[in-house]
Amino acid sequence: MITRNLKFLVILSALVVLGWFRSMPVSSAVQSEEPPIRFGRDILPILAANCLSCHGPDERNRKAGLRLDLEETAKAPRRAGTPVKPGDPEASLIIARITSADPDLVMPPPSSHRNVTAEQVKLLRRWIAAGAPWGLHWSFEPVVAPAIARTKSHPIDQLIDSELAAKGLQRSPSAAPQILVRRLWLDLVGLPPAPEVADRFAASPTPAAWERMVDELLASPRFGEHWARMWLDLARYADTKGYEKDLGRTVWPYRDWVIDALNADMPLDRFTTEQLAGDLLPNPDQSQTIATAYHRNTMTNDEGGTDNEEFRVAAVKDRIDTTMQIWMGLTMGCAKCHTHKYDPISHEEYYRFFAIFNQTEDADRPDEAPTLEMATADEKERRQQLKSNIDALEKTLPAFDRPVETPGWRTLSIGEVVSRGKATVKIEPDQSVTVSGTNPPEETLELTVALPAGEHTAFRLEALPEKQPGGQFTLGRNNTTGNLVVSEVRAMLDERPVEFSRARADYSEPDGDIARAIDGQEMTGWSIKSRGREPHTAIFELARPLRLETAARLRLTISHQNGDSSALRRFRLLTTGLEAGKIDIPTWTAEIRRNIDALAEAYDSFNKFNDRIVKLPIMRELDADKQRTTRIHLRGNFLEPGETVTPGVPASFHPFPAGAPVNRLGLARWLVDRQNPLTPRVWANRVWARLFGTGIVETEEDFGAQGTFPTNPQLLDWLAATYRDQGWSLKRLLKTIVLSETYRQASEVTPPRQQADPRNLLLSRGARFRLSAESIRDQALSISGLLSSKMGGPPVMPPQPAGLWRSTYNGLKWVDSEGDDRYRRAVYTYLKRTTPYPSMITFDGGSGEVCQIRRIRTNTPLQALVTLNDPVFLEAAAGLAGRMVSASSVDSQRVSHGLRLALIRKPTEAEIAPIVSLYRDTLKHFASSPDKAAALVRATRAESMAGSDPASFAAWIVVANTILNLDEVLMRH
Amino acid sequence: MNEITRRHFFERTGLGLGAMALQSILLRETPAQSGNPLAPRRPMHPPRARSVIYLHMAGSPSQLELFEHKPELEKLHLKDAPPSFLAGKRFAFIKGVPKMLASQFRFARHGESGQWVSELLPNFSRVADKTTIIRTVHTDQFNHAPAQLYIHTGSPRLGNPSLGSWITYGLGSANEDLPGFVVLLSGGKTPDGGKSLWGSGFLPSVYQGVQCRTAGDPVLYLSNPEGIDREVRRRTLDTLGQMNRDAQQRTGDPETLTRIAQYELAYRMQVSVPAAMDISREPQHILDLYGARPGYVSPAETADDPRIIYKGDDPTFANNCLLARRLVENGVRFVQLYDWGWDHHGSSPGESLDETLPIKCRQIDRAIYGLLTDLEQRGLLKDTLVVWGGEFGRTPMMQNNVRTELRKGFIGRDHHTNAYTMWMAGGGVKPGLQYGQTDEFGYFPVENPVSIRDIQATIEHLVGLDPYRFNYPYQGLNNRLIGPTEEGKILEGILA
Repeated sequence: MITRNLKFLVILSALVVLGWFRSMPVSSAVQSEEPPIRFGRDILPILAANCLSCHGPDERNRKAGLRLDLEETAKAPRRAGTPVKPGDPEASLIIARITSADPDLVMPPPSSHRNVTAEQVKLLRRWIAAGAPWGLHWSFEPVVAPAIARTKSHPIDQLIDSELAAKGLQRSPSAAPQILVRRLWLDLVGLPPAPEVADRFAASPTPAAWERMVDELLASPRFGEHWARMWLDLARYADTKGYEKDLGRTVWPYRDWVIDALNADMPLDRFTTEQLAGDLLPNPDQSQTIATAYHRNTMTNDEGGTDNEEFRVAAVKDRIDTTMQIWMGLTMGCAKCHTHKYDPISHEEYYRFFAIFNQTEDADRPDEAPTLEMATADEKERRQQLKSNIDALEKTLPAFDRPVETPGWRTLSIGEVVSRGKATVKIEPDQSVTVSGTNPPEETLELTVALPAGEHTAFRLEALPEKQPGGQFTLGRNNTTGNLVVSEVRAMLDERPVEFSRARADYSEPDGDIARAIDGQEMTGWSIKSRGREPHTAIFELARPLRLETAARLRLTISHQNGDSSALRRFRLLTTGLEAGKIDIPTWTAEIRRNIDALAEAYDSFNKFNDRIVKLPIMRELDADKQRTTRIHLRGNFLEPGETVTPGVPASFHPFPAGAPVNRLGLARWLVDRQNPLTPRVWANRVWARLFGTGIVETEEDFGAQGTFPTNPQLLDWLAATYRDQGWSLKRLLKTIVLSETYRQASEVTPPRQQADPRNLLLSRGARFRLSAESIRDQALSISGLLSSKMGGPPVMPPQPAGLWRSTYNGLKWVDSEGDDRYRRAVYTYLKRTTPYPSMITFDGGSGEVCQIRRIRTNTPLQALVTLNDPVFLEAAAGLAGRMVSASSVDSQRVSHGLRLALIRKPTEAEIAPIVSLYRDTLKHFASSPDKAAALVRATRAESMAGSDPASFAAWIVVANTILNLDEVLMRH
Repeated sequence: MNEITRRHFFERTGLGLGAMALQSILLRETPAQSGNPLAPRRPMHPPRARSVIYLHMAGSPSQLELFEHKPELEKLHLKDAPPSFLAGKRFAFIKGVPKMLASQFRFARHGESGQWVSELLPNFSRVADKTTIIRTVHTDQFNHAPAQLYIHTGSPRLGNPSLGSWITYGLGSANEDLPGFVVLLSGGKTPDGGKSLWGSGFLPSVYQGVQCRTAGDPVLYLSNPEGIDREVRRRTLDTLGQMNRDAQQRTGDPETLTRIAQYELAYRMQVSVPAAMDISREPQHILDLYGARPGYVSPAETADDPRIIYKGDDPTFANNCLLARRLVENGVRFVQLYDWGWDHHGSSPGESLDETLPIKCRQIDRAIYGLLTDLEQRGLLKDTLVVWGGEFGRTPMMQNNVRTELRKGFIGRDHHTNAYTMWMAGGGVKPGLQYGQTDEFGYFPVENPVSIRDIQATIEHLVGLDPYRFNYPYQGLNNRLIGPTEEGKILEGILA
């Protein structure tokens, strides 16, 4: 088992290990004082970056038939020498070639634009001298929890201490109680505590009190709102579809599902399975179906002229990349186009993985199908009412789909119809003609009609509407407008034109009179716009009545040259021998017209209401008989299909669970399988990074050969094993970590610590880092007392500068929310992919376009402008000013109260004094410029709080604005 | 330490591990050393251009109406397109067999170099001698958003850094009171690819383009709120600075010092940005040179469909060109202009070659003439690379699914990927050069085809970055603007 296990564990490292392979310790082999060499950490990255693109797994690009990714071939003698000769660097070919001065011999070749540094050569030499021990890339080794001494000390502290001791460092003492409480609140629920909460703990800072607070916070609904953000970044959640049009998408029920799942502490294995494959579970319930919206967060391209299949494929590839990144911490992207250069993921294996995801119904459709309708009981009832209105009105109307019989008229038999616009035409049994299929902007219909013997004084054209899927009748073929335009009607009998003397219609638009249909001009015509929901009739009187002895063939052309695809949809032709003066035009009664309009409105109300009912995009597997055949995409191009592949995971990973179906459900089980060393490591590291600012593996997104080595491998494995073995409980993992002393250390830096561990990678002190974009907003609203505790529901639109949204062809508008919704937690803010909420992106939040594994924190002047000038933060300043003013009538006590609300700890006199003087100076300024004071009060919506003394209140707003911008407030420390 | 520096590769180099392709950058001054992520950094080789002004015509103008003189096309006018043009091709809108469409405008040769330019660009024609016109650019994306993303970020999908972000990341900015990468929009709409076109992708967000607006605050939240004047702001920053410095004494965190500096920079930007943005400070003859009009707010900005109300004398693009010169003069590294409204399909009002294109050309023709002339007379052109182009070209066929006969105001062409025209001028580019040739119908390149990767590699090369070695490690790859393969080539033939 162990060899098999190892074999499957080699992934990105490219070190495909054969059956005889044994991983061996490396460090003991070097006797010098230099730090021991670890193959996976020190040597493999050099090979991967410089050698493996030509001497790795990619057969097609392999040079000289040499593979350096396998121990067997790297150490095998060749004609020119042995690439790696254990114990003898100078006899090893790779050293000779890397250090060669001959441009024709040196490796890597100059054309590759790579070079191996002197430092790296030294490492390679030392490694070979020490016997060139081979090994696995570290992250593919099985997770082995280190032995922990049975002392009172927390395992995390033991593991941190042993690394610190090696550097001659010690942990810092615990932070002050109020600081700790603030830290814990911000970390677990993303909000600051009330100062009183911190005081209560400070009065008796016992381990039991600490644990109690941890439990309370983990049980708070605020917990899910905070931790959902991390998951939503990974899930590339957004409220729009992306790309050019970037139309809205109703997917917030999924966001609420994530919040609920985290609050319920859903174990990671279930969390994984329901999101990846909830639809494939036996009898999935609504919640499990909602979970599958996870992989519907891919973008949809509604741009005109796009190939839906192209963007369906792009979405499937995104699902693969995202899945691998989130669970395995690896990227498969390279294998889209070719076999991986230094990883044993072949081109074919990528498409076997693709095949697993390639069987869902969604296909970049504008309607986002398949969707889950989530109508509430009220909505269902209301919809039923609206439907009843429609039914009642429809009963009042004559059947539009049958021609009305009128005395003196005979229906003409149609012999043949040709559509020049290549539409599909059909002659119905009732001799009406239906036109469907291709709908070009311009169309001409050519008809051959059997004209019976007898007298003919006029022809009649009955334009008939058809019912659309939305329920509405439309007369012309343009479904959007329902318009009808007949540009010209011409008739020929025996190759001679039949002239019309006059045309009349039951209805014409003012600018489209029926006379224009016989005026000989193609650019004018009979048009019906406003009454395009009902049948209409036109009568064409013949200039000279026809008296036919025998039946004749009449040729008619009906043209549409308006360029807007609004030609006839269905029509019938009739003839009469009535005297011209006695021809009436059948018209609809006023009542019927009223009812037609009422019906149109009823449909409109129904459709509008129905559109507002949530329809959540979900995953649904294609039926067995509709499953797609997956082929390799040569060069990554879906238009160049190669060999057919079957679904599966790359062979060098751990085995697929026995008996599991090879679909998304089996894949989910495979990801959380006990044999998978990556999922627990990647997740434990991710959680750690949220609490300490940086992961144990700093490159959270890359656990492969190019990623960073863990700063404390044993700690990472202990956390990974603990997480996995304690039922994949996020809350238990968090609790375990925050109960450690390591977590509770003070964050102050002393010069010796700064020197020994400048980036605090070993954690000899508490972590100190800037709050996330969301926490900065939420904290400001919380401190000011404005924050709404309302949970869930559609996204909200807190104030943003006017004119930001101007996507191409997009009618969506940003309308600043009022009331509670103006002050909701940031997780509920509408996220438009092409125009994310400005203060969020300024503080490194994402756009939700692609999976974001971690946010790289920046520190920029634009951030200062947000917290100083964004109306959201000014309203927060006004709220805080109000709390300060109502707390006391003494300036210094007001300042002290404001600082306490923001900092949680007790401020010092030295901190209060400068702010009091800021207040007094500002007050003087406003007293002499009352207009400015009034303007500030107005701009921050503080009129009622300011009362009769706007100058003073304005000065307090300035003070509060300053407090909310203190470095300490923006930092978690 | 500034948090921006907490990227693994700086650390990794210290350990002597891989990613040595980075070394050339690491040997130069890094943000870690200066504390300011936008501090200027030495280029990888002597640059030919210090700044870039990139003029992107979103929607993609027709090369056959502007730069590609094809008399043979006239002979095929309104005849069915030959099968070789259609076999295996995908079009955005064309279906079946479309008809060929002759250029709607007249051409002439201009200047000493004899560049072919159409009558739609009379002023540009006067400065055509300063430009290299590349006639054979080809792309593999035929929809707007993916094609724009491809040329600006190197990938048709989202998530990669834009050209301006790469260059700002590689070189920093010469004026720390202004953003290093500024984006200016005109035409009434955001380009189809959205803000991702100037996003920083996987690079730190500090390198994303800052959209400077012509209405409202030029930079979001730049203005103090109503009632807070500069004096009050100064006082709050003094108090803030004092308290933060005291706190820093206690915590020892250098990040706090950076934050203090960034607040001060924000305060300076409150003056420097509006000053740089204020084109009303320019003398009348300079305004006239570009056709600029300070303070003009175009009705296109708020129109639902700006295309139908475009006016040839709308000075928004001209204002942006003048602004671009001011920004470059002030040390801004990369100025990106997007002008929307160049998608001339002929399928609806406001998007025709015969009626709309001439209006759009009037909006840019004088402005571009002014820009090149003004840069040169100030001695800036030799250090400033000006790039002009769309995301693809337009077909030599008319778009047949709209109508099969010519109709005034509805003449259009579909998207064309095989060959289209871009031009460059200034820093390091040969003046008066025509580069590349297409066949007699302008359909395929027949000499010196130029890929999007080539354009990207050449721009990076000109500003002093080695397109092959300049990279950023992310998710196990040394990511480059030009992508993972070596197909991108520096266009040696156009280098001065």
